[in-house]
This record gives sequence, structure tokens and C-alpha cells, in this order.
Amino acid sequence: MAITLTDAAAKHVVQFIENRGKGEALRLGVKTNGCSGMAYVLEFADKVEDEDIVFEDKGVKVIVDPKSLVYIDGTELDYGREGLNEGFKFNNPNVKDSCGCGESFNV
Amino acid sequence: MALLQISEPGQSTAPHQHKLAAGIDLGTTNSLVASVRSGMAETIADKQGRDLLPSVVQFLAKDENGYQTIVGYEAQQNAVNDPTNTIVSAKRYMGRGLDDIKEHSVYDFVQDEDSMVPRIRTAAGDVSAVEVSAEILTALKQRASDYLGGDLTGVVITVPAYFDDAQRQATKDAAKLAGLNVLRLINEPTAAAVAYGLDSGNEGIHVIYDLGGGTFDISILKLTRGVFEVLSTAGDSSLGGDDLDQAVVNWIMSEAGITDPSATLQRQLHDKARAAKESLSEQERVQLAIDLGDANNWSSELTLEQFEKLIQPIIRKTIVPCRRALRDAGIDADEIEDVVMVGGSTRVPMVRRMVGEFFETEPLVDIDPDKVVAIGAARQADLLVGNKSDDEMLLLDVTPLSLGLETMGGLVEKVIHRNTTIPVARAQDFTTFKDGQTAMAIHVLQGERELVSDCRSLARFELRGIPPMVAGAARIRVTFQIDADGLLSVSAREETSGVESSIQVKPSYGLSDTEIETMLTDSFSHAKDDIEARKLREEQVEADRVAQAIQAALNEDGDKLLSAEEQQVIRQSIGELIEIAKTDNPRAIKQKIEDVDKVTAEFAQRRMDASINKALAGHSVDDITEGSK
Repeated sequence: MAITLTDAAAKHVVQFIENRGKGEALRLGVKTNGCSGMAYVLEFADKVEDEDIVFEDKGVKVIVDPKSLVYIDGTELDYGREGLNEGFKFNNPNVKDSCGCGESFNV
Repeated sequence: MALLQISEPGQSTAPHQHKLAAGIDLGTTNSLVASVRSGMAETIADKQGRDLLPSVVQFLAKDENGYQTIVGYEAQQNAVNDPTNTIVSAKRYMGRGLDDIKEHSVYDFVQDEDSMVPRIRTAAGDVSAVEVSAEILTALKQRASDYLGGDLTGVVITVPAYFDDAQRQATKDAAKLAGLNVLRLINEPTAAAVAYGLDSGNEGIHVIYDLGGGTFDISILKLTRGVFEVLSTAGDSSLGGDDLDQAVVNWIMSEAGITDPSATLQRQLHDKARAAKESLSEQERVQLAIDLGDANNWSSELTLEQFEKLIQPIIRKTIVPCRRALRDAGIDADEIEDVVMVGGSTRVPMVRRMVGEFFETEPLVDIDPDKVVAIGAARQADLLVGNKSDDEMLLLDVTPLSLGLETMGGLVEKVIHRNTTIPVARAQDFTTFKDGQTAMAIHVLQGERELVSDCRSLARFELRGIPPMVAGAARIRVTFQIDADGLLSVSAREETSGVESSIQVKPSYGLSDTEIETMLTDSFSHAKDDIEARKLREEQVEADRVAQAIQAALNEDGDKLLSAEEQQVIRQSIGELIEIAKTDNPRAIKQKIEDVDKVTAEFAQRRMDASINKALAGHSVDDITEGSK
């Protein structure tokens, strides 16, 4: 399994990293809080830790810590728009149920 | 599912706790809102993809549900047909009194007896400039919430560097009315520097030339290792693109022989003039057609050359403050790294040309001059709301005019000098003037001149409960504090007793137009007179003090210690001093004070001897040595 990105997501990540001017990878992960168990982490990454697992898809380097990977392996990161609002979406096959807003989830 | 943004390392927020922040450029002509998402600052467009929101509010007639408003482009269009209910350029009236507004306004201003705030009579009732601005802010707030997918945690709103306390407070009031949490007000040019400084990172001296719709600001900033320091600011709070439009309107009126245009025709002329100005940034000539009513039309062609002839005097007016800002900052034109162009009016090619010539450098126009301020504000908002890991930017602003208080003789003692970086707190010690004085009036003033009558009064308060002491013994510490928004608070404390009094300067909204500008120029042209006036007042105050002190001493000890003749000599000398103090010759007054000193030297000596005798009388030598052990 791996972490993948849609074309739209890859395009935006590249653009955002370039705009930021430093860091070259994207960190994906989970945190154990939120109304339904776990919450996603989506951050710029300035350094790779020893235990991190590094994926690369469509020119974007994605790093995930091994603990998080259990919950998000196989995720496809997408970029979409809802009305005026736009942003990233996790299409995560491990999710059993999520809270109404979709910001936190259970496996 | 929810849409996520990329955070800085370690700054991911818990679900439903995203800190959404926006920067708002509340402009005279147009307003914008911007936000940082996934590290990128962008202005937020409406559903039709338009970034600008014209700062125009139309008030509709009241019904049982209260009144409705239309904000933005639609209101701008309706302005032609409904000019008195459609408010444009409300920012010009923020924090202003009725007297300052009337002469150049098409609106029907009214003022209640019990309110300082002038209101505009509209179909929806009387509205103040603060309420009009709140409508604009509400529209921008809604746009940002839709775009960011949640309520805003806080906003940064920009104001012209020249906005005084009343105008800043009015802006905050408008934000409060719109239900916005203001993280900070920052100066527009400073915001522009943030937008550019971070993106390009060039160290050195940066000039921000901001010719907006209604205001002109020039700021000289120094960028060192990512820190901005504002070296100086200058400008004109009533000069901008509106004046360029007006120049074209005047031209059309004289060409077309229009003498007394109706409000509707005035709006039409303004809209046509603005469109012509915008076209002439790209074209050499433009066709103008005016509908004069009654099937009467006027049309003509305006060439770029004619246009530039019309606007040249206005653009030249911007160069004077540029020169002053350079002088205040102690900078020569050749030390300047670059000049940042801000404001839609800097699209006019002649503006770029003249600014480039003056500063001897090609002006920067990389970022859209309409958006640059909002983008900088958004970056600040993002930082202040806590989405960045550490303090990446330290922003320093300056106070545009000196602040001080009134001392005896109607003189102004400056406590915080102009162009001091803020936030700042400065304390100065003052004392009492009369024996047994138990209260002190603190009169807070703003301005560069030496006399109270030439400065602007901001506030008055009293410090009471000073313990009775001889004149000059009390120590009253007055502290002036300006917060990051440029708002002033003043406190006074008598150090021996600890009595305290303070005031938040929330000045009355009654300011004269272009006062700051005038105050500044006056302080330069009257520099010499002011020094003379100060010297004179100082001597007069001293003469008064000497005369009073001697009079008091005579009343107490005169008969005991002096012969009738001696008393007569002293009385005469005081009489002469009082007379001379009424003249305007500081040197003569000073001379007379010295004379009086000589005449009374013997009397002073005898008083001192007498009081020592009195203190010693009835004590044996033993008592005294005992007491000194």
C-alpha cells in the first residue's frame, strides 16, 4: 500500500511548497483527538525523522510516521472545492465512520 | 467531508478549532479581504470572481423588518439614481466632526445635540460613517467566512498611517459593530511592506508610495534581518485617485459648459471620469459621452497628453511629503533600495514616472497595487492568530504627531515625540506650582507646536488628593502609553502618596480636515516664532511665581523683619516686575527677575535667620546635641 495524490492535490501541494520557499515534503498523519476518535494532520515538513516512511507520487514527497501509517495506509489525498471554500480531502479506505464534519474518524 | 489546509510543522489544530484569520483593507474607494491558506496569502473573491468590493453602501427605505442595505458593485451602480441614500467614500468621514465634512459633501449631514457624531440622513434613518463602514466590513466578513468554511477568529484591519486616534477608534468601533474581533490595526504602508518584504527579502531602505482612492501616504521603512522599522511617515489625508477623477470632472464641466450639476449628473460625471482615467492607463485616448438629460448629449475625446496636464499638479503635490519623509528619516534618495507602489492610482503611468524620477529608482509593481495591503494584513493576521510557530515578523509602527501635556503658561511639554516607534510608554515627572496645591489638571495635546493654542486638545483629566506641600515638592509622574493600535492612554501618579488618575484617550470625533498636515507644516514654518513664544511664556511664568512668593513672604514676615521703607522698595520692585511681565520682551523680564532677587536678598537672609532662631529658641545646647545623636 502507499499514499497517493490526485492530480489536483499534487498541483496545489507543489504550488504551496514553492510559495512557502522552504521544506520539500508534505507530512500526513493522525492525532488521537477529535470528536470521533482521530484527526488528520496535514503539515509542511522541514525535516524527515529516522523512523519516517517516505512516499513519492506525482513529484510530491509525502512522509508519514509509522504509527500513523496504520490508520491511513492506502489514502488518496484529493483537492476539492465546496462553494467558495477549497482545500484537501483524505480518501482513506481504513475509515469505518467519521463525524459529521469529516474532520475526525474511527477505524 | 471537511476540506483541510496544510499547516506549519507542529501547528495542526484539533478538529473544529481552526484559527481562521483574515486581513482587511478597508479603503476609501474599494475594500478587500485576504487570508492565508496552506501558507499562501490571497485576496478572496466574491462568487463572480471579483476581488474588490467597492466601499459603497446603499440604504433602502425602512419597513417593519428594519432597513436593508446593498453593498458593493450593485450599490455603486445605484448611486447614480439614488445618490443621497448611497454613501461612497465614508472612510473620509470616519472620526470627523460636522464642521470638517460639510463643505465637500453631497450628503445631508445632521448632528444630534447629545451626540458628537455627525450622521447622514438616508431613507433608512440617520447613519454615521462608522455604521456605513460596519456594513462594508460585514460584507467582507461574510465573504471570508464562506471562503474559509468557518467563523473568523480575528482580523487585522489596515488604516492610513496618518489616521489619528479618533479615526483609529472609529475604525475599531465599526469592526465591533460588524462583529469582528480586531487583532490589530496596522498602517497600510506597513502592511504593503509585509507583503513585499517577506516575499523578496531585500534588506535595506524601502519606500512605500501609497496613492489610494482618498488618501496619500509615504512611508520610509528599514528592513534588517526580517525586521521592519518605520523610519518616518508623511502624507496627505485628503489626496488620492478621487482628486484625479475630480480633475477630469472639472475638465468635462468646463468643456461641456455644465455649471450646476444635479446629484445624479454629478455621480454620472464621476463614474465617467473614473472610467476614462482607468482606460488612459493603457490607451492613448478615450471617448467621453455624457447624458445631460432632455435628450441632450455631450461627447468629446480626452487624450493622454491632456489628461496628464490635468493631473500633473495633483501628482506633484505628493512629492512634497516624499521630500519631508526622506528628511525626517535622514535618508538620501540614493540610499533607497526600492519603492513599492500601492493603491490603484499608481497604475497611472505618469505617477510611476514621476515617483521613479524623484526617488531615482524604478518603482516596484510586482504585486497588484490594489491587493498588496490586504495581502500584508492577511499575513499579519495569520501570525497574530497563532498559525506560525514563532515570531517571524516584528512590526514596528510610529506615531505621526508628538504627544504631550500642558504646563504653566500655556506651553506644551512633549512626552512622546513624533515618529517614535510604537508600542511605547514614556514617563515624565512634573511638580506643583503653588504651595498647598492639592489637584492638578492634566491636559493631553497632540501636535508639533510649542503653545497649547496651536496644538490639538485630545483629553483633559484631573489628579486630585495630592497632599498639601510647598510648591515644587510634589513629584507627579505622568505616563503616556501608546498600544500597538496607536491608541493612547495617559496616567498620572503622585509618588509620595500614591494617588493616581488616568484616562483612555478616546478623543471626541471633532477634528478639522487636513489638520495633521497643517499642524506639521506649521511647526516647520513657525519654528522660530514658537521658540520665542516659549521663552517669553517661560519668563512670564517665572516672574509670576517670584512675585507670588515674595508677596506671600511679605504678608507673613514683612512687618516683623522690615522697616516701612524697606517694604516699600520691595513692593515697588514687585510692581515693576508684574508690569514688565506683561510686555513681550523675555530678556527684560529675566533681567527684572534678577533685579528683584537682589532687592530681596537681604529680606530672604533675615527670614532664614529668624526661622533658625525660632527653631532654636527655648532649647538648651544639650537638647540640640541630644537631638542630633
